[in-house]
Order: sequence, then C-alpha cells, then structure tokens
Amino acid sequence: MTDRSKFIIENLNAYWSDVQVLRSININIVSNKILGIIGPSGSGKTVFLRTLNRLNDLVPEIRIDGRILLDGKDIYDPDVDPVELRKKIGIVFALPIPLPASIHDNVIYGPSLSGIRNRHKLDELVEKSLKSAFLWDEVRDRLTTSAMRLSGGQQQRLCLARILAMEPDVIMLDEPCSGLDPISTSQIESALTELKKEYTIILVTNNTKQAARVADNTAFFLMNEMIEYGPTDVIFTVPRDKRTIDYITGRFG
Amino acid sequence: MIIRPKYTQVLAVSLLVLATLATLAILVFIIVFVLGKGLPNINAEFLFSNPEDMGRAGGIFPTIVGTVALTLTAICIATPFGVGTAVFLTEYTRESRITRIIRFGADCLAGIPSIIFGLFGFIFFVTYLRMGWSILSGSLTLAFMILPTIIRTSEEAIKSVPYSYREVSFSLGATLWQTVYKVVLPNALPGILTGVMLSVGRSIGETAAIIFTAGSSLRTPHSLFDSVRTMSVHFYILAREGLSNEKAYATATVLIVSILMINLSSYWLMNRFILRKTK
Amino acid sequence: MMKLFSEKSIKKALTVIAFSAIAALLLIVVFIILEGLPFIFKVGISDFLFSSEWEPQMGRFGIFPMIIGSLVVTLGSMIVGIPLALSGAIFLSEFVPRWAMRIIKPTIELLAGIPSVVYGFIGVMVLAPLIRDYLGGPGLSILAASIILGIMILPTILSISIDSLKAVPQSYREGAFALGATHWQTIHMAVLPAAKSGIIAGIILGLGRAIGETMAVIMVTGNAVILPKSPLYSVRTLTANIALEMGYATGMHRQSLFATGVILLIIIMVLNYTATIAIRRRVGKK
Repeated sequence: MTDRSKFIIENLNAYWSDVQVLRSININIVSNKILGIIGPSGSGKTVFLRTLNRLNDLVPEIRIDGRILLDGKDIYDPDVDPVELRKKIGIVFALPIPLPASIHDNVIYGPSLSGIRNRHKLDELVEKSLKSAFLWDEVRDRLTTSAMRLSGGQQQRLCLARILAMEPDVIMLDEPCSGLDPISTSQIESALTELKKEYTIILVTNNTKQAARVADNTAFFLMNEMIEYGPTDVIFTVPRDKRTIDYITGRFG
Repeated sequence: MIIRPKYTQVLAVSLLVLATLATLAILVFIIVFVLGKGLPNINAEFLFSNPEDMGRAGGIFPTIVGTVALTLTAICIATPFGVGTAVFLTEYTRESRITRIIRFGADCLAGIPSIIFGLFGFIFFVTYLRMGWSILSGSLTLAFMILPTIIRTSEEAIKSVPYSYREVSFSLGATLWQTVYKVVLPNALPGILTGVMLSVGRSIGETAAIIFTAGSSLRTPHSLFDSVRTMSVHFYILAREGLSNEKAYATATVLIVSILMINLSSYWLMNRFILRKTK
Repeated sequence: MMKLFSEKSIKKALTVIAFSAIAALLLIVVFIILEGLPFIFKVGISDFLFSSEWEPQMGRFGIFPMIIGSLVVTLGSMIVGIPLALSGAIFLSEFVPRWAMRIIKPTIELLAGIPSVVYGFIGVMVLAPLIRDYLGGPGLSILAASIILGIMILPTILSISIDSLKAVPQSYREGAFALGATHWQTIHMAVLPAAKSGIIAGIILGLGRAIGETMAVIMVTGNAVILPKSPLYSVRTLTANIALEMGYATGMHRQSLFATGVILLIIIMVLNYTATIAIRRRVGKK
C-alpha cells in the first residue's frame, strides 16, 4: 500500500485570546497508519487534535490560522459544515465519558443523529462496533444496562465503539489510557492495531512507550511547537533534535 | 465585656433554642390545628359531590376540577416558555447585556405581588382580550406568575449537566439543538420537574391572582372558557363570608395535603437527581 | 422530523421565547400604568397620596391610610419574623447535627407552601380572639396581621439564611475557635458577618412577600380606612384595598384601584432597589 495523505496541515497557528498555543505546525498525516503524538502536558497536543475536528469552534477564545486539508479539502472553508466534519472524525477523550444511557443507546448515538432508524441496521452496527472495540464479549448480554455501570476500561472502549458506529474516516484519541490499568490499556492498543486497516488513527499520549509500541509515525510536541516528526523507529532510535532525545530518555516531561 | 463569655454563650444559646422551638411549634401547630379540625369532615362524599347552599353543605368536587384544570393549563403554557428561555440563556448565548436584561426581567416579574397579577389579568385577559372570567384567563395570569420560577429552576438544572456530555455529543456530530434535545434536556429533566412541581404548589395555593381572572363559579367547567372556582378561592369565600367553618377546615385540609404531597414529591425528585449525579 | 425544524429556525424561536419574561413584565407594567396613571393626574398626585379620605362613591380618593397601613403591617411582620427566623437559622445551622437538618429544613420549606388564605384563616380563628380577649380592641388588627405575616415569611427568611450560614467556610469557624472563642463568639464575630449578604437577601424576599400579601391580610387586618394610633387598631393595606373593591368597582373607582396598584408597584420597586444597593455596598466593603 502506498502512503496517501489523509490530512495535510500547513503553517497552523492557534491562539487562546492573545497567547499563542500552536506555532506554525506543518505535518502530513498518512492514511491507514497510526500517528503517535507525544510530548509533555501543556505542549499543545490536545489543542492540535481539537482543531482537526473543529471542536475548538465551541471555545470562542480560540482563534486559528493556517490550512488544514482533509482529503485535499480545507476543513475551515466556509462551505464546510463542522457538524458533518465531526461525523467523519471521531474523538476519544482522556477520561471515559459515557452518556448516562444504556450501552446500546451510547453506541447508536452518532448513527441515530444522522437519521438511521432501522432497528436491524442499528443492532448490526452495535454488534460490529462493540466487536471492533474488543468489548462485545463482555457486554453482549447486558446491552440495555446503563453505561455508567461499566468499569473505566470498559467505558473507554465503549467510547471507542461509539465512534466506530459512525463509520468515520479518522479516529483521534486524546490520551485515552491515562486513567486506565495496564490490562485495559493493552486491550485498547490491540484494538487500535486492528483498526488501522480501515481507519487513520491519531493517538495523543504522554506515555512515550505507548507511542513506541503502536505508532507507525511519531510527532514530538514541545512548548506549542512540533519539534520532530518521522517514522516511529527513527524518532525512538536516532532522533535529530536533542530535546527529543531528552524527552524520550525521560530527562524531563 | 464584663459578662463572662461562658454566660453569654449559655444565654445566647438558650435564646436560640427557645426561638427555634417557638418557630417549629407555630408551624407544626398550624398544620395540626387545620388537619385536626378538617380531617374528620373529609370523606368520599365531600370530595366527589357538588356543593349545596353556596358551600354550606355538600362537597367540593367542582373546585377540585377547577383547580386541576387551571393549574394544568397554566403549567402547560408556562413550561415551554420557561424551559425555552432557560435553554436560550444557557446554551444559545453567552453572558451579555441581553442575558442580563432577560434575567433582570425574570427577577422583577418574580417580585410582583399576586394581586397585581390579578389586576393585570383582569384588565388584559378578561376585559381587553374579552376572554371573560374563565380557566383561560386565570391560567394565563398564573402562567405569567410562575414563569420566573420555571426559568430559574430550569436554568439551574441545565447548568448542572456536565459540560463534557455536550462535548461528547458535539464530537459525535450532533448539532446544537440535537445536543440540547438528546443530552441536555433529558439530564436536566428531574431539576426542571422540581421547578414545575413547585409552581404547581404555588398555583394551587394562589387566590388573589385567580379570583379576578377565573371568577368563582361553582359549576363544574366543561371548556377552557368556563369560569371556575379553585379550592383556594372556595376556601377564602367560605372563611371570609362565614358560610361554614366546618367546610372551610375540610377544604383547607384538602388544600394543604395536596400541596404537601406535591412538594414532598418534588423533594424526592430533587434528592434522586442529586444522588444520581454524585454516583 | 429533525430536518423540519432547522437549527436556524430553532435558534430564532428560542430567542423570541427568551424575551417572554421581559414581554410579560412590560405588558403588566404598561397595562397597570395605562389604567392607573391618568387617574392619578386627574385627581392630583398629592391628593391621591396624602389625603386620608377614601370615599370612592363621593369622588374622594385618598390612599394615605392604606400606604401607612401597608408600611406598618410590613414593618410589624419584620419585627416578628426576623428575630425568630434568624435565631432559628443560627441554631439549626450551627448546633443541630446534619442528619436532623436533613429532616427539619425540608419541613420548614414545606410549610412555605401553605396557602396564604390558610394563614389568614388561622389568624381569624385563633389569633384575633386571643388579642381581643387579652389586649382589647377589635382583634383584627395591625398586631394580628404582623404576627400572621411574620409567621408567613419565616420559612423564606429561615431557609435562605440557613443556606448562607452553611456556605460560610469551615475555616472561618476553626480560625475563631483556635483563638479561644466560645461557640457563640465564633458565630457572632466570624460566621454572621460572613453570611450577612445572603441573610439580607432572604430578608428582602420576605419583605417583598409581606408587602405584596393580600388574602391573609384582608382576613386579619379588619380593613378599616383609618390612620392607626396603636398596634391594636384595624388598618387597610394597599393590596387589601385593591382586592376588596375590585369585585364591584366601575369607572373612576376602578381606575383608582389600578392607581393604587401603580403606587404598590412603585413602593416595591423602591424597596427592592434600596435593598439591592445596600447589599452591594456591604459586599463591596468586604
């Protein structure tokens, strides 16, 4: 498979009121690969992620300039509907946030917004999404119980399934394992490795080992700038920038 | 201070205890007194038969129907406006001069005495819009009166829905209205209902705003354009014109018990709401 | 179905709805003023406000006794209600354990829901005869009204005061205790000042309720249009004046009642305004 760009980001700047929170980011995000974004907290990783699905539109203080092309189309073009855009780009937040409804209803939230009413189709979607998120076997008998009663790891996989049910192009995860135990973490990681066959995945993590384990490419963010970007094995073995070495070897962060 | 702090403490605390006991005693006395005199006179016949001889004999059935009709209509009118305003204030706009003006208006409305609502309802709905003394005039007047309560409680309830739920909803491709409709309102519902219940209680107990707008007909109403007499108005007329103390106590008992039940259930709702949130 | 209501039209509809409260307020004020203000100018402001003669059939419209009546009864209810409510609030929030509060506070708030006509009835049946027998006078009097209204506003002031006392951070109390203060000194010097603005807000709410109260007041004041010389005199309040005569008034007479409503609205606005200013100044000082 040849490398095809999903996102092309050119000279992206972001400001929170008067403070610059992203400084001229340039990056090509490759289709059907896992991009790992590492860096200490406060380095701009999350803001970056949220500009990609225009979730920052909800925060009036944030202003951005630069270009973000998704499949060649600028997502900040006036004729792009952010609502439709977000259906194509799913995001899993740091803390699992199930909606206070049943497991089943959580998974079909996205599809039902698009007007899918067919029960059979929805049930199929639920099963497929939960299977892809490695959660089906644990919850298949209790789809109607409240999602609030699942464990933290299960909830996070449910959030992943909820996104898969929308059949998006891109899956973004914002430190999805920060609150999870090692077993749940490895379940999420296995799911991601499977999922990249069908989706482009962006994984923000402050756990460098996680990036090393699952990411194909890795970008290193520091102080609102992207310091280095390249294939994961290169970044982790022969990085060009001294700051990358320092971060990876755990000298700070 | 010459008096030793220890003595001041004892003195002050005993005064406090006395005042508290007096307060509770008065309040409990009122309930016990009314229920004590009223309960023996309440039976199925009293609740389900028509009054006779201006209310000196017979039951209060038409006034129960009138109260329910008036209150329900008022709630049905006020709730969409109250909740709509709350949704607008919390979800559709940011703090600005407009929101301040709207909140100020609601606060002022809440401070207007019920007799003024009565005057207004009489001149506007009854006379100017020619609705006459009717359930419609009365319930529109009541709706104006309870609107601020519903706005305030709905706003609180909506604000208490975690922001993260909205964020999840948006990130899954929901529009603002879909988010409000599918996530915010269902989760704010218990709080909104609490406000509605409080308003029901207030409507049932209201007299001054109703007597000049809904009238005081003792017939069972058949449409929104019929005049009705609510339990409170009936009680007021019985008591003020000295028609029958016995019936007055019985009516007051029905009134108090229904209001207590409504307020209790709103407490129960509120507690469930809080419990669920902390879970 | 969702598509039928587009996002834009929903936003427009909600914007319109959001102005309902303001619209209601304006409608009320405008209609009361339209109906009442011309009358005030016709009779003359000073005659209307400061004449003591109220004989609508004779064309004499002086509401001075009613203004005094409203103010006196409201003041009386404050004298009865505030000390009881404050003591109750302090005792309940500082000395009563949490579990007991969980029962007592809702009980008190439930009592706020008792209709005002019931309070009025109790006043007539229980309080007025007591006053007549032991203190003299007609029984239905300023004193009776003050006590009944004082009791009616108790739950409002009590529950808001409890909330604001409970909201005082525990560290204030610990600080005072650490300096060797007794419990009472702690309350007096550390807790009460911190809770002051909330308590005042509660008192204002109670004040508004007292001056606007109608039905209970009609039942217990006796409604005589006179300038009272002692608390045992019967009086008529502005609200009672409106409610008593609205049923049969026509023409000028009816307009005079709306004019009474205008004065009542103005008094309430002035009271609320000064109270709000007072709170702001206090909070500002802190």
